[in-house]
Amino acid sequence: MGEYVRLKSPEELAKRKRNIIVLIVLFVAIILAFMASMNTGFIRLSPSDLVNTLFGNGTAQQNLILYEFRLPRIVISVLIGAGLALSGCVLQSVSRNALADAGIIGINSGAGFMILMYVAFFPTITAVSAFVLPLLAWVGGGIAALLVFVMSYRKHRGLSSNRLILNGIALNSGISAATIVITLRISPEQYQFVATWMAGSIWGKDWKFVMALLPFICVLLPYVYFKSQTVNVLALGNQLATNLGAAVSREQLMLLGAAVGLAGSCVAVSGSIGFVGLIAPHLAKRLVGQRYQILLPTTVLAGSLLVLVADTLGRWVFQPSEIPTGIVVAVIGAPYFLYLLVRSKG
Amino acid sequence: MQIYQTGDLIVALRRKESNESSLPSGASTAPEAVGEAGAADVFKRIHSRPHVALLIILGGIIALVLGIGVSVTFGARDIRFEDVWLAVFQYNSNLTDHQVIQELRLPRVLGCVLVGSSFAVAGAILQGMMRNPLADSGLLGLNSGAGFALAICFAFFPGMSYSSLVLVCFIGAALSALFVFALGSIAKGGLTPVRLVLAGAALSALLTALSEGVALYFRIGQDLAFWYAGGVAGTRWIHLKVMSPWIIVAIAGAIVISRSITLLSLGDDVAKGLGLRSGFTKFMGTVIVIVLAGSAVSAVGAVSFVGLLVPHFARKLVGVDYRWIIPTSAVLGAVLVVLADLAARTVRPGFETPIGALIALIGVPFFLYLANKERREL
Repeated sequence: MGEYVRLKSPEELAKRKRNIIVLIVLFVAIILAFMASMNTGFIRLSPSDLVNTLFGNGTAQQNLILYEFRLPRIVISVLIGAGLALSGCVLQSVSRNALADAGIIGINSGAGFMILMYVAFFPTITAVSAFVLPLLAWVGGGIAALLVFVMSYRKHRGLSSNRLILNGIALNSGISAATIVITLRISPEQYQFVATWMAGSIWGKDWKFVMALLPFICVLLPYVYFKSQTVNVLALGNQLATNLGAAVSREQLMLLGAAVGLAGSCVAVSGSIGFVGLIAPHLAKRLVGQRYQILLPTTVLAGSLLVLVADTLGRWVFQPSEIPTGIVVAVIGAPYFLYLLVRSKG
Repeated sequence: MQIYQTGDLIVALRRKESNESSLPSGASTAPEAVGEAGAADVFKRIHSRPHVALLIILGGIIALVLGIGVSVTFGARDIRFEDVWLAVFQYNSNLTDHQVIQELRLPRVLGCVLVGSSFAVAGAILQGMMRNPLADSGLLGLNSGAGFALAICFAFFPGMSYSSLVLVCFIGAALSALFVFALGSIAKGGLTPVRLVLAGAALSALLTALSEGVALYFRIGQDLAFWYAGGVAGTRWIHLKVMSPWIIVAIAGAIVISRSITLLSLGDDVAKGLGLRSGFTKFMGTVIVIVLAGSAVSAVGAVSFVGLLVPHFARKLVGVDYRWIIPTSAVLGAVLVVLADLAARTVRPGFETPIGALIALIGVPFFLYLANKERREL
C-alpha cells in the first residue's frame, strides 16, 4: 500500500502523474457535458450566453432558465452520479463482488417501495416531501440491503458474493411484485408519479431537492474518502483484513450503512437509476487501478459524468419529449454489465 | 438434487463399462461404447415414479376441471351454478349472464390453462436442457424479449392483428434466447446457473428499459403497464383460437422429445455417448421453448416463476425422468395459474390483482430457498 513506501520510484511518479491527468480529463469532460446540457432543450443557451449569464449579464429569460431550470437539474445529476457511483464502489469492495451495485442488491427497489407507500398514504407532494423522501428511501433501502446481507451471510464462511447477487435479484422481483399490487390501488395521477419515478427520471428539478440531497452527500462522501485505507484493506478479504488489524465486521457495517445512505438518498431524488454504481467504479479501476485513495475520486467523477451525459442524452435524443435518465443509463449499462459478466471468470 | 444424482449415474455408467469390457483398461472408457442399449439401461436406473406420475396427472386434471368450474362460477357478477351450467352447454345469447360466462369467464379461465401449461413446460425443458435448476423463461429474459417486441408493435403498428402479434412475440423471445445462449458460449468456461440468471436479469433490465422508453415516448404506457404485470382479464376467444394450436403442437413436441431431454439432463457427454444427437435435441427444445414462451407472453404478459416453481415441484413428485416431468408440469402449471387467477379475483372483488405479481409473491421465497440451499454453492 502506497502509504508505506517512502521512496517514490520513477514508475510510481509517472503513475501518479497519469492519475492526476485522468482526474483532470474527467473534470474537463464534466465541464463540457455541463455546457452541452445547458445548450440542450427548448431554449438553447450557447456557451457564450452561458458565460454572460453566469457573470450576471444575461437577460431575465436566460437567468430564469439557467438558475431555475437547468442548473438545479444539472447539479442534481452530478450529485446523484457521484453518490450512486461511490456507493457502488464501496459495495463492490465490501462484498468483494465485482458485480455488486445498489440497484442489483435491492436498495433501489426497497427505497422505491417506501416512496410508493408514502405516495399512497400522503397523496400530495409538498415541500416537506423533498426532505422526508430521502429519509424514507434510506430506511427502505436499508431494510432491503439488510435482508439481502442477512440471507447471504453464512457463519464461518462470511458473505457469499454469488448468493448476495442472487438474493438481491430475488428480492428485487419480490418487491416489484408487491409494488405492482399496491400501484393498482392508487389513483391514476399517483400512478403516473410512481411510474415516472420507477423509470428513473430525475423528477426533483428544484433547488429544494438539491438542499435535501446535499447533506447526505456532504457527510457521507468525505466519510468514505476518509475511510479509503480501510476500504483498501477490506477489499483484500475478511481473513487478510482481520490479520492486518481491521475491525472487519464493524467497518463493513459502517461502510455498508454509508453506501446505503448514499444510494438511498440519491434514489429518492432521482428515481430508480441502476447500473451507475456498477459502471463507474469499473471504468475508474481501468483508468487508475485498485488503490482506493485515487479510485474513489475517479469513481465519483466518472459517475457524475455518466449521469450528466445520460440526462443530457435523454433530453436531446427525442426532443421535445424526454426519456428518463434511468432508461438511458440502463441502455448503456446493461450491455456493459453483460460484457463484464462474460469477461470475468466464474 | 438433480446434479447430485447425475453424478452418481455417471459413476455407475463408467463402472459398468470397465466391468463389462474385456479389453485392457483404458481402451474403452469412451462413452460411445454404451450406445442405444445403454440408454434403455439409463432409464431403468434413473429415479422415476411412473405410477405416481399417472396418479398426479389424473388428479391434476380432475383438480383442473374443478378449478375451472369454480373459477367460472365465481366473479364480480353473481351467477347461480345452474345458469353457469346452462350457459356452457345450452348457450342463450339473449341472457346477460350467459354472455358473461361465454364471452368473459370461459375464455379467461381457458387462457389460464394454456398459459400455465406453456410456462411450466417451457421451464421444464429449459431446466433439463441446460442442466440449470434456476432456468425459467422469465428469469432468462425470454419473456421480456417477447414483451419488447410487443411494445414495438403497439408503438409502430397499432392496428396489428393478434395472429401476427403472436408471431412477433416468437421473434422477440427467439432473439433473447439466441442472445443468452450466445453469451453462454462466449463466456470463459460457459455460464454457471448463477451467471446465466445474472445475464438474464441484465438482459431483462435492458429490454424493460427499452420498452419503457418506447412506451413513454409513444404514450402507450397505460396499455403496457397491466400487461407487464401479467393479466389474463383481456383474454377472448380470438386469442385462444390463435394461441391454442401453437401451444398444443409445442407441448406435444415437448412430450416427443422428452426422452432426449432426460438424456441431455444427464450431461452432454453422457447424452452423446448414449447415441443422442444432442445438437438437434437442443435446437428442437429451444424452438419449443420459444413458441411456448412467446405465445403465452402474447396473451398474458411477462409472468415469471411459473416455469421455475412447477418443474421443481413436479421433479420432487415424479422423479428425474422428463417423460413424466413434462406432462406433469403441464397439468400442474395449468392448475397453478387457474388457482392464482381465482385468488387474484377473490382477494379484492372488483379489483384485478395481476396474477404475475401474485405468482411472484409465491415464487420469490421459493427462488430464495433454491438459491440458498446449503448443499452446494451455485
